[in-house]
Amino acid sequence: MAAGIKDKVAILGMGCSKFGERWEAGAEELIVEAYEEAIQDAGVDRSQLDAAWFSTAMENVNVGKGGIALSTALRLPNIAVTRVENFCASGSEAFRGAVYAVASGACDIALALGVEKLKDTGYGGLPAAEQGTLNPLWAATGSAPGNFAQLASAYGAKHGVNKEDLKRALAHISVKSHANGVKNPKAHLQKAITEEQALNAPMIAEPLGLFDCCGVSDGAAAAIVTTPEIAKSMGKDNIVTIKALQLSLSNGTEAAYNAWDGSYFHTTRIAAQKAYKEAGIDKPRDQVSMFECHDCFSITELVTMEDLYLSAEGTVVNDVMDGFYDADGQIPCQIDGGLKCFGHPIGASGIRMLYEMYLQIQGRAGDRQLSNPSIGMTHNLGGSPVSNVASVCIIGAA
Amino acid sequence: MTGITSFGGYIPKLRMQRASIAGAHKWADPGAALKGKGERSMCNWDEDAITMGVEAVRDCLKSGGVIPEAVYFASTTLPFQERQNAGIISTALSLGEDLSVLDVTSSQRAGTSALLQALAAVKGDQLDNVMVVASDHRRSKSASPQEFTFGDGAAAVQIGNKDALLEFLGSHSITVDFVDHFRGAGEDFDYQWEERWIRDEGYQKIVPPAIAKALEKTGIKADDVNHFVMPATIGRAVQGIVQKSGLDNTVVCDTLHQQCGETGAAHPLVMLLNLLETDAKAGETVMLVGFGQGCDVLLFKVTEAISNSRGGNGISGSLANRREETNYQKFLVFNDLVTLEKGMRAEKDSKTALTVLYRKRDMLLGLIGGKCTQCGTAQFPRQDICVNPQCHESHCQEPYSFVEEAGQIQSWSADYLTYTMNPPSHYGMIVFDNGGRFMSDFTDVEVGEIDVGTRVKMVFRIKEFDHSRGFIRYFWKGVPV
Repeated sequence: MAAGIKDKVAILGMGCSKFGERWEAGAEELIVEAYEEAIQDAGVDRSQLDAAWFSTAMENVNVGKGGIALSTALRLPNIAVTRVENFCASGSEAFRGAVYAVASGACDIALALGVEKLKDTGYGGLPAAEQGTLNPLWAATGSAPGNFAQLASAYGAKHGVNKEDLKRALAHISVKSHANGVKNPKAHLQKAITEEQALNAPMIAEPLGLFDCCGVSDGAAAAIVTTPEIAKSMGKDNIVTIKALQLSLSNGTEAAYNAWDGSYFHTTRIAAQKAYKEAGIDKPRDQVSMFECHDCFSITELVTMEDLYLSAEGTVVNDVMDGFYDADGQIPCQIDGGLKCFGHPIGASGIRMLYEMYLQIQGRAGDRQLSNPSIGMTHNLGGSPVSNVASVCIIGAA
Repeated sequence: MTGITSFGGYIPKLRMQRASIAGAHKWADPGAALKGKGERSMCNWDEDAITMGVEAVRDCLKSGGVIPEAVYFASTTLPFQERQNAGIISTALSLGEDLSVLDVTSSQRAGTSALLQALAAVKGDQLDNVMVVASDHRRSKSASPQEFTFGDGAAAVQIGNKDALLEFLGSHSITVDFVDHFRGAGEDFDYQWEERWIRDEGYQKIVPPAIAKALEKTGIKADDVNHFVMPATIGRAVQGIVQKSGLDNTVVCDTLHQQCGETGAAHPLVMLLNLLETDAKAGETVMLVGFGQGCDVLLFKVTEAISNSRGGNGISGSLANRREETNYQKFLVFNDLVTLEKGMRAEKDSKTALTVLYRKRDMLLGLIGGKCTQCGTAQFPRQDICVNPQCHESHCQEPYSFVEEAGQIQSWSADYLTYTMNPPSHYGMIVFDNGGRFMSDFTDVEVGEIDVGTRVKMVFRIKEFDHSRGFIRYFWKGVPV
C-alpha cells in the first residue's frame, strides 16, 4: 500500500490575480500577476524553480497548446514546463504534478500555475469545448448548466425534496457565497444578493436560474511547493503542508450502466474517501475546518456536501437552511466567495481554491479570516455529473 | 397475388393552424382569412423527408412488414442531392446490406411511380418484396398559397406476392410535359402557374384518358370503383375528373386537407393508407392516381387480409397524435424562412468526419449498441470492454439495437443557454427497461411536459446541420410516449 502524500510537501508561497472581466489583461499578464505574488511569498527567485506545471483548458481562446506560454511569460530558466488539462479540474492537476515532483525527490522546488482568459470569446458563458470527432455525432446537445441541472431533478426524486424547497436551498447557497465574496477584494463579484433575487432570476437551465450559476471570469493562480525540510531551512514558520491529494475519474459506468441514480457524484465520493484516508481523517464533519468546493452551480455544491461526507445523504437541504455552511456556521464553505463570486477561469480555479485555504490556515485572510482553522479542503471538479474528473485536496498546518 | 402486403404512415405531431398563418398575412392580404381554416402538418425543426420516411417504414415493419429486398424512396425534397437517401433510411432501420435501393424524385407522382416499379419487379418475379416509401417536406414562400395547402408526411407500403391486403389489378401511365409548377436545380421554392389552367388543361384533360385506359386494361367498369384516391388542392378538380370518367361522385376520398394538407409525393399513399385504415372493405375496388407531368392510374382490390392488417400507428394514428401550433414565427424558423440571429454559440464548426461516420454507422444511424455475451448487460455505445463493473470482460459484445427499446427519464433539464432551433433544449438520461442508458436529446417536447419517470421511445431525427458544407447529421432522440 502506497504511503500517500501526507506531510511530504509544503506550500512555500502562493499568489492569485484579481479575478474578473480583465479586459486590459491577456493570459500572459495574468500569469505574471499571480506569479509575482507567489514568488515573493515564497521568498525565492526563478532560478530556484526546478520544474513547472501549467494548467489551461480552453486552448482556443487562451494561450494555445504546450507549456511555452508559461515559460515565455515568466522567462523561466529553460526548465521543464508541462501543460496539463483535465477539464475544470485542470488547476488541481497542475498542483498535483508539482507536489508529486517534490515528493518524489526529483525536484526541490516546483511551480504550479493555472490561468484562463475566458473573456475574449465575445459572449457570456463558457466557450464550447472541443469534443473530438465521435462525441458530437451523438452526444446530447447541452451546456454546462443543463448538464449539472440534471442533478436537481434526480436528487429531488430520490430524496423526496419538492422543487420549491430545493430551489430555496439552492438560493441560500448562492446568497451565502455572495455574502462571502463581498469581503474579498480579489473576487469578480463583490455584491450581496437576496434570496428573492436568486429565486426570481431568469432561467438558464431548469431549475437553475442566473444566480445558481457561477460567473465567467479571467484569472490566474499559482503555488510554489517544496519539502517541509527545505521550507524550515529557509526560515519559514507557520508552514502549511499537503495532507491528501486525490483524483478520481469516471470510467463510463455512470453514463452507460444502470446503477447510478444521477443524484450524486460517484467520483467525488471515491476521491473523498481516499483523501480522508490519506489525511488520517475519520470524522470529516468534525475535523474539517472549512472547504472550497466546486460550486460551478448551486446544485453542484449542494450534492457535493453529501459526497464529501460532511452532510449525511438526504440531509443537506436542512444543513444548508440551518446555516451549517455559512461563514458563521460549523464548516464554512466558499469563505472566499467561491466560483460563484470568483467566476471560473478554468485552469486557475483549483489553485485559487487552495490559495484561500492556505491564507486562512496562515491567518492571513483579512476580513474573511476564520477563527483558527486547521484543516482546509478543496474539491475541484471537471466534466458533468455523468462523466467527470473529481479532485479532493486537504491541506493543514504542518 | 401481387399487391400491398403491409403499410405504415407518419405525420409529424405539429399542426400549424391555418388561422395563425392567415392572421400573420391579413395586413397585406385581406383574402388570407378565407384560407385560414383547418390545420396543416408541420415538421419539427429536426424532421425531414428521411426522418419521416424512417418512421413510416418502421410503422410498416410493425404492421406485418418484413425485411425487404429493395427500398424505393420517393420524394421531391430529398435531403441529399448526391448520397443515396434510401440508403440512410435502410441503415437507420438496420435493414441489412444485401439490399437494392432507389431514390425516385422530380415529380409529384414520384410516389405512385415508385409503387409501380415495385409492383412490376415483384410481379415479374425479379424481387420477392419491396418497401416503397414516399415522404415530402416541401418548403413554400411565406404568404404563398402553398404555405396553406402543403403539409408534411410520409407513407410506406410493402409489395409482395403473398397475402396481399390490396391486390394489384393493373395500371396505366401517361407522360406529358405539363408544367404546372417547377423547381430548377439549386432553387429553394417552386414556381407555380395559374390554378384554373392547371385544372382545365391539366387535370381534366390528362387524367380521364388515363383512367379510361386503366379500366379498359383491367376490365373493370367505372361503376365498380368504390374508392377514388387522388390528391388535389384545386377546388372541384377531382370531382370534375370523376364526373368525366363516369365514376360515382361518392367514391372520392378525403384529401385530408383539413387535418394535414397535401404531403407532396407521399400524398397519394397517405390518402390510400387513410382509406385502408378507415373505410376500405374486402372486395372493394380502389383507384389510385398520382399526378405530375402526366399521371399514374393504379387499380387495386381490397382482400380479406385487410381485416388483420393493423399494428402500427398508420396515418390515422399519426393524425390523432397532434399538437396545435399557433406560433407562425416558429413555422418560419423551422422552415428556414427568416434570417435568425442564432448567437455566437451557433458559430461552432460542425464538420463531420466521414471516416468516423462510416466506422460507427451502425451506432450513429442504426442506434446499435452492444450486449455482453458474458454478463448479458445491454450497453450504448458498444465498446471493447464491458461497462458492467462486475464484468469488464473484453471483446464480448454482440450488436444490440436500442431502436425499439422503451425507457424512462432519470434526470433532465430544459436548457436555455445552449443553441437549438426550438429552445429550450430538452435532454436527459434515459434508462432503458432492458438495460443500457445514455444522455439523450428529447424532441417533440414543450416546457413542462417531461419529468423524472416520464416514459420515452426513440425516434430518428436530424442532430445538426452543417450549413457551410450542406451536410446533415442524423441521430436518435427520445420522445415522451
